Amino acid sequence: MALAMVIDDSSATRMILARILGELGYTVEKAENGADALHKLSKMSRPELILIDWNMPVMNGYEFLVKARSMPEYDNVTMMMVTTETEIEQVLKALEAGANEYVMKPFTKDIIDEKLSLLGLGAR
Amino acid sequence: MALSANDFTFLANFVKNSTAIVLTPDKDYLVESRLNPVARRVGVASITDLVSKLRANPTINSEVGSMVAEAMTTNETYFFRDVKPFDVLKSELIPKIIERKGADRTLNIWSAACSSGQEAYSIAMVIKEHFPMLSSWRIRIVGTDISRAMVERTKEGIFSQIEINRGLPAPLLVKYFTKAGSEWKIKSDLTSMVEASVMNLAGNWPMLPRMDIVFLRNVLIYFDLQTKRAILEKVNKVLVPGGALLLGGSETTMNVSNDFDRITSGNTFYYRSKGGPQLPPSTPPVSRVPYVAPRGNAF
Ligand SMILES: C[S@@+](CC[C@H](N)C(=O)[O-])C[C@H]1O[C@@H](n2cnc3c(N)ncnc32)[C@H](O)[C@@H]1O
Repeated sequence: MALAMVIDDSSATRMILARILGELGYTVEKAENGADALHKLSKMSRPELILIDWNMPVMNGYEFLVKARSMPEYDNVTMMMVTTETEIEQVLKALEAGANEYVMKPFTKDIIDEKLSLLGLGAR
Repeated sequence: MALSANDFTFLANFVKNSTAIVLTPDKDYLVESRLNPVARRVGVASITDLVSKLRANPTINSEVGSMVAEAMTTNETYFFRDVKPFDVLKSELIPKIIERKGADRTLNIWSAACSSGQEAYSIAMVIKEHFPMLSSWRIRIVGTDISRAMVERTKEGIFSQIEINRGLPAPLLVKYFTKAGSEWKIKSDLTSMVEASVMNLAGNWPMLPRMDIVFLRNVLIYFDLQTKRAILEKVNKVLVPGGALLLGGSETTMNVSNDFDRITSGNTFYYRSKGGPQLPPSTPPVSRVPYVAPRGNAF
């Protein structure tokens, strides 16, 4: 089964995203912030997909993205921002830092599925 | 208040006659949930009163008639819906047209039942992104829908945050949209490629340009077999010989029309007009300037 990670400081959002990805056929690992995610990633097999919130304590999603994209072993991992940031500048900044896609909160299962389909990662 | 069987039959007949949409009796909940807001807008107390008003003037050209008919349309749509049709457009349909057309540098694509325009603009973005050599062509992306409100939205090209979240690749969002408050406006170089007008697929068709490609997706599902047949027959006449037809994921020409071949392309398929009776061309021939492919292009 394909492996995914959800990084969000809200436990409710983590749960909803994990459930959606579960329904789309993923096994999901959860992390509370960028630092927590890096720590967990170092101890697990490489996921295919990472969903990343932007505003989080300790290490935010943008910092995580920059850090993860500097590590060649994560080159092929699809990274999608899922955030309340809705300005075009933010979207651009995330894309330039290596995000593959960008979802603005609030989201639905359809929204996540449609975005993943664009990346060839829809329901599996 | 629940709809009486008599009123439901009247409404179903009205909707069938004016839009071809078939409402089976199990759709009564749908009719009620769609018509309650119409009743409020019209200023009557109940759907029963709304039906009385409609009975007095049962035509889609009346204000109440058009509001009722529009309320019964399902406008669900999103950018790059199902992805594959747009892949076929990019990898096969447009390259073949470029190859075939030579000097006649026109491209006509029809988004029949365009809803709020996401399909038409997805087509426009494919062209802008991948076919810069078409910038000197005369390109018409024609959106039509029975709903006046949807046609207006297609013309405007303004989308909510939820709509731009749906199916639109983020790199295209930043490239082709500007944010205005909480809404997103598509840039004028795309809106200028798209024209939109009201048209009932089940009624008399206006003069349309000869189409190279027709997107007719997620609308035949609402019609009965006879209506589907009549529409596909006319679509075949509007298409150039060998022109392409794209249907929705749950739609097929099988057992409806023999005018199309099913063509496999990669991991998907489209329909190709076999030719047959043709309408006279409605666009004047363009001057014969040979097409020179830009260097470094893949095809
Ligand atoms: C579900 S949407 C499909 C939009 C788009 N083609 C897509 O696939 O995403 C169906 C559209 O068909 C329109 N429609 C319904 N009956 C029609 C008719 N008789 N003639 C033209 N359009 C019609 C509705 O107004 C609605 O916008």
